[in-house]
Amino acid sequence: MSENVASSIGAPRPGLPGLVDDWSTDKQTYHVPWGKAMMWIFLVSDTFIFSCFLIGYMTVRMTTTEPWPLPSEVFALSFFGSDPIPLILIAIMTFILITSSGTMALAVNYGYRKDKKMAAILMLVTAAFGASFVGMQVFEWSKLIEEGVRPWGNPWGAPQFGSVFFMVTGFHGLHVTAGVIYLCIVARKVLRGDYDKKGYEIVEITGLYWHFVDLVWVFIFAFFYLW
Amino acid sequence: MSSEAGGQQHPLGIYLKIWILLFVLSAFSYMVDYLNVQGYLRWTLIIIFMLLKAGFIVAIFMHVMWERMALILTILGPPMVLFFFIGFMAIEGDYTFLARVDYFGADPNAVPNPVVHDAAH
Repeated sequence: MSENVASSIGAPRPGLPGLVDDWSTDKQTYHVPWGKAMMWIFLVSDTFIFSCFLIGYMTVRMTTTEPWPLPSEVFALSFFGSDPIPLILIAIMTFILITSSGTMALAVNYGYRKDKKMAAILMLVTAAFGASFVGMQVFEWSKLIEEGVRPWGNPWGAPQFGSVFFMVTGFHGLHVTAGVIYLCIVARKVLRGDYDKKGYEIVEITGLYWHFVDLVWVFIFAFFYLW
Repeated sequence: MSSEAGGQQHPLGIYLKIWILLFVLSAFSYMVDYLNVQGYLRWTLIIIFMLLKAGFIVAIFMHVMWERMALILTILGPPMVLFFFIGFMAIEGDYTFLARVDYFGADPNAVPNPVVHDAAH
């Protein structure tokens, strides 16, 4: 028995034997900083919230007998009098969010190298991309509102289109906005040297939240805009 | 595996590769709409590109593939019940739709009104 304890403290076994070890120790199960474990638990619960929205969307879209407006046409945009390009703004927003995920991943890497300056700069770049994403979403919202889309109706078809659009993209935009604020706060603390002694796990934890926001957008993009 | 501090430190190259891959996959899923692919092929392609993107984000960017099994199962286990939820609601939604067509005389083949964008935008 003492051997088991020693092995789980020294070099933890990987895979399924490791799973048994981790759950059978009388100490702690997750060998990660508590902040990271709690962020994961929050993200799992957030997964359920977004899933409920998307499953609700699936249900109203399946049950409505009124025709669903074509997202490809609704979200088309013309530049300088060109023919409307389908979904172009949404595509740009997708690329911006993916780019911001990339800069965030690099920030985590530089954080663990204790390169405070690079980590903070990359986090601020990530926040800037996030802010521009929200800006484009504001543009999208105001354009649709101007064209008569409301949570209770729109000029093209099923009224549920507007409810789902404002609900899902609004809740996602709220997450992006919160993420931008979160990133700015942590970047400032990183730059100030608050984590010199504690270690830079906080950058990874912030990164988990940011990647999650990007992950949710992958599903919204596929199911709401492309479907 | 984790360093002694429990942190995740990996070479920069893998992030850059995944980053490029996510860009390419996003471009592919946009092309599905741009090239106006329709029917089952459209839905299959959308789902494939979506799952690949989601998988790479979770596995690499969120470091799940390097975590210990106890944490992986805590993260990925509970959301599996969502598949049942999706299944139940799909069955229920189908039933509601058919009831509305059969008993309320709704037109199952109605088409949406054309979208006309103001030239000013």
